[in-house]
Amino acid sequence: MHDEPDQGHSHEDHDHEHGSHLSDMELRVRALETILVEKRYVDPAALDAIIETYEVKVGPRNGAKVVAKAWVDPAYKARLLKDATAAIAELGFTGRQGEHMVAVENTDKVHNLVVCTLCSCYPWSVLGLPPVWYKSAPYRSRAVIDPRSVLADFGVQVSDDKEMRVWDSTAEIRYLVLPQRPAGTEHCNEEQLAALVTRDSMIGTGLAMSPGATP
Amino acid sequence: MNGAHDMGGMMGFGPVIAEKNEPVFHAPWERRAMALTLAMAAAGGWSIDQSRAARESQHPARYLAQTYYQIWIAGLEKLMVERGLVTRDELAAGKVLQPAKTVPRILSADTVATTLARGGPTARVPTTPQRFQIGERVSARNMHPAGHTRLPRYVRGHVGVITHVHGVHVFPDSNATGGGERPQWLYTVRFGARELWGEGADKAATVSVDAWESYLEPEK
Repeated sequence: MHDEPDQGHSHEDHDHEHGSHLSDMELRVRALETILVEKRYVDPAALDAIIETYEVKVGPRNGAKVVAKAWVDPAYKARLLKDATAAIAELGFTGRQGEHMVAVENTDKVHNLVVCTLCSCYPWSVLGLPPVWYKSAPYRSRAVIDPRSVLADFGVQVSDDKEMRVWDSTAEIRYLVLPQRPAGTEHCNEEQLAALVTRDSMIGTGLAMSPGATP
Repeated sequence: MNGAHDMGGMMGFGPVIAEKNEPVFHAPWERRAMALTLAMAAAGGWSIDQSRAARESQHPARYLAQTYYQIWIAGLEKLMVERGLVTRDELAAGKVLQPAKTVPRILSADTVATTLARGGPTARVPTTPQRFQIGERVSARNMHPAGHTRLPRYVRGHVGVITHVHGVHVFPDSNATGGGERPQWLYTVRFGARELWGEGADKAATVSVDAWESYLEPEK
């Protein structure tokens, strides 16, 4: 996979793992940061705060809370499907790359899949930063022309008669898939349900887990 | 522009390979690349549309050969060099050779949380009537602008149905090139897979794109 640049894994990481030298990209970005800090265009502490936000604070647990609440609270689900931006903000999740949200519901008849063919648009406020595969050429090229085979790459089978709705995020609207609630979860509370909601199930490349399953 | 970034429907890239337990970043430099890109947008005063245009206007072969954060760094360097904030010589030397320019704003650590939580909403107050209605059949224009656009090639010339009206939003084709926001009505348009990809395509699949009003015309 390190030989597949379109998958986004850098060769430099591989070199770096061997610890012999700093990669070209490491040196290039360090030099860039040095220049920008010395010119006082950026504050290094602000960089640290940005990184901490997306490495620690904002991630798919946010979206999982939204989904779990929608599963247990029909009124919330109705608000989510009507005005996702406002419903998600009720839980405190707002901001960059989540300014204008739409939630799309998976049902017995419809499966939804989200992609950005033109770049890497992704609902950061509820899912954090996108995984490498989401930004990769294989996903961006195939999700719109052959979505069922993309799902097969993830080990997900969707029957041919189920409607497949692909959403290409070409504007500033960000899509969150509301996955189907798994069977056998009638007695789960909201927190237990949230633990079953995977990141991929909110993109459409996965399904929510069954109780007792491991991701 | 018809660049390498406009990937919908391209073939030959192989399977989607998801990494198990993927970390948020794969190398220390990726952390800094992401943060520098966000922080410099404040200092440089450029929009997300200008950032996207800078990334996608690279030579197609280079675009396809880079990892995503490498593309971000290349785009960031381009935007900074164009504005004289840094020079190519400085990037090559890895040190400051020219005095700094005055920048409109420096993102400080104590404003990061509020800045990110606020984001950059693109909705604007309508000043023109809405042209298309939900349920209406529309054609995506057959257009090939040399500059930035968010109308993917694979829908151009095809007929779809308006499913959502999102109000009026900043128009990226204009905003990316310094032409101002020039907001337009924004719609979601749903296309049948067979309309886009022909008779062999999945009969139970649809593809929706978000399209600004000038990307669309009444069904042709």
